[in-house]
Amino acid sequence: MNRGWRSWGPPVLLVLPSMILIGVFVYGLIGVNINTSLTDQHHRLGGGSFVGLENYRTLFHDDTFVYSLRNLGIYTVTFVCGTLFFGFLWAWLLEKGVRGEGGFRAVYLFPMAVSFIASGVVWRWLLNSAEGDRAGGLNRLFENVGLGFLANPWWTNETWGIVAIAIPAIWQLSGYVMALFLAGFRGIPDELREAARVDGASEWQLYRHVLFPQLSPVALSAIVIAGHMSLKVFDLIMAIAGPTNYTTQVPATQMWTKFTSGDYATSAAIGTILLCIVALLIVPYLVYTYRQERRS
Amino acid sequence: MTRTRRALGALVATGAMLALAACGGSSSDDGSSAKGGGEVEVFTWWAEGSEKAGLDALVKVFDQQNPGVKFVNGAVAGGAGSDAKAVLASRLQTNDPPGTFQAHAGAELTDYINNGQIEDLSDLYEKNGWNDQFPQSLLDRLTVDGKIYSVPSNIHRANLVWANPAVLQDAGVDPAATYDSMDAWIADLKKIKAAGKIPLSIATDWTQVNLLETVLLSDLGVDGYNGLWDGSTDWAGSDVTDALDDYKTLLDMTNEDRQSLDWPDATQLVIDGDAAFNVMGDWAVAAFEGQDKEFNKDFLAYPVPGTDGVFDFLADSFTMPVGAPDPATTEDWLNTVASPEGQEAFNKAKGSIPANTEADTSDFGAYQQTAIESYAQDDIVSSLAHGAAAPITWLTDITAAVAKFGSTGDVDGFQSDLADAADKNAAG
Repeated sequence: MNRGWRSWGPPVLLVLPSMILIGVFVYGLIGVNINTSLTDQHHRLGGGSFVGLENYRTLFHDDTFVYSLRNLGIYTVTFVCGTLFFGFLWAWLLEKGVRGEGGFRAVYLFPMAVSFIASGVVWRWLLNSAEGDRAGGLNRLFENVGLGFLANPWWTNETWGIVAIAIPAIWQLSGYVMALFLAGFRGIPDELREAARVDGASEWQLYRHVLFPQLSPVALSAIVIAGHMSLKVFDLIMAIAGPTNYTTQVPATQMWTKFTSGDYATSAAIGTILLCIVALLIVPYLVYTYRQERRS
Repeated sequence: MTRTRRALGALVATGAMLALAACGGSSSDDGSSAKGGGEVEVFTWWAEGSEKAGLDALVKVFDQQNPGVKFVNGAVAGGAGSDAKAVLASRLQTNDPPGTFQAHAGAELTDYINNGQIEDLSDLYEKNGWNDQFPQSLLDRLTVDGKIYSVPSNIHRANLVWANPAVLQDAGVDPAATYDSMDAWIADLKKIKAAGKIPLSIATDWTQVNLLETVLLSDLGVDGYNGLWDGSTDWAGSDVTDALDDYKTLLDMTNEDRQSLDWPDATQLVIDGDAAFNVMGDWAVAAFEGQDKEFNKDFLAYPVPGTDGVFDFLADSFTMPVGAPDPATTEDWLNTVASPEGQEAFNKAKGSIPANTEADTSDFGAYQQTAIESYAQDDIVSSLAHGAAAPITWLTDITAAVAKFGSTGDVDGFQSDLADAADKNAAG
């Protein structure tokens, strides 16, 4: 008995504080949030009787909310594809052997160190939607170099505005994905390439059958990391377009406006929906990595 | 060795947990430290700029009038008041109200009234003769079911057009012209557009709500506009459709980068001569005067066409929370806020005008003088964009509809969104 306590007691004591803190402040509050989303607390004070799934029904019948979900989808696809493309491209170029690799790596990674709010303030100006005489930022640049036809309303376009928000996000996080891929490339032993070359593989075959399969776990991590970040996008939109702008509505900005107006129930319902969407991405990944670890 | 290390680790971990628990405890103590006699905690979001200057000036008067009472500044900065409101809501919920708190006068108080969290101040108005010192039409706007719940500290006007006479002249428009309707104004706006200037500058969503409310006021008239908020005007009606059509026409006359700007940028377009007109509340006067522009020479300001003789007001006000730590000191504060001396000091520093008509305003600025004059004789209506006309959830829904319309340009959809918002919020 005494021996048993000695062997499992201290580890449990060690883990206990974080378990309690996470239990209360993460899972407990998720529970409170879900509970609030099932009530009719639509004002700062008062209200709060149980209404079941009423808030969720209202949300999915609300055109603006559906539009914000659609925006989130477009944004996520653009952002994930963009960062993967540029991240891979840069990693591949560096892998090919460029002079001053350290310098390039720093240059590409550096944007990640800037906060979304700080870069958003600059991008707000770069992505100014005015055209013609009053054009500023990128539109002005296009006009000055004779590419005036490229000038466009950026994030104020109703259909594709959200893609303009993805541009700064891709700029900021491609370097990070590059670092992931670069580590992946470096982790592939040279013997594998040499063996493939000896067997007469062409350059494309080498990539297709030797390098890509080795990089796929890296790509998966990159997709999950970029994906869950893009689903939670909020600060960049706040800095560029503000919380009420229609063309850049995503669930997180809706949650914010509902929360600041005191509509806690609707805000909580949006939060729960967002959590479910992120869980759809994360949970399969966790299951996958768990299985991988078990296997090895 | 291992055993000692483990035990040590466990000890450290438990210690950390205790420390965290202690932190939690002490912060909740701080929240209620304002209790006790002889002081009043004043909860505002006036933490910087001219608002802070106004509050400081008001406190100076308060200290003179109430030497024994200590002023405790409970200002919460950030989010143009939305952070403060969230903090306030949680304090009210836990029955820990401040001595008094700032709120926009009018419909923004609805939630507090419905929850029985602020006291009826009608007796105080009676006792101090405030009913005679504040204009009757303002008192009408503040009265809910025969009771008044707050004391206004300052008045702003939202239905103003700011114009650059030089731009008007260049475009062949008479700067001295007055417009008695939207249609007359739109005709001149078209001339300015033809001359290659921005006819009407505007900024992000809330300034568009400000424009919308003045268009509604102009086209529906005072009674029609007031009816929007008490249900006697139908949001889905044809006169509202006409007003929304006018709004669409005006929006087509604005700068295309409006979503990237906030109100000072839009006002700056007029100051710089890039735009002819801008619709904005009278806090804009500080932007003109701050750049040495002279009223009626370098810039003009008059009521939005069709709203002459109407004063679209917004005001800050102070309340007496139910269960205030010391109602006597709260009353002292409200007395100072309402007093002519307090109103004069506060508004001169903040750039607004006194709500109390007995305040001495002889050395206020040139624009303020015209506002003071209109305020005393005009019909007073409540501003939507600034929380006086409708509760905040309704305003949020209207802002969302305006933002959507700015992107889609679909008047029918806009009107049905507005009608839905009215149905949803008027009931609750």
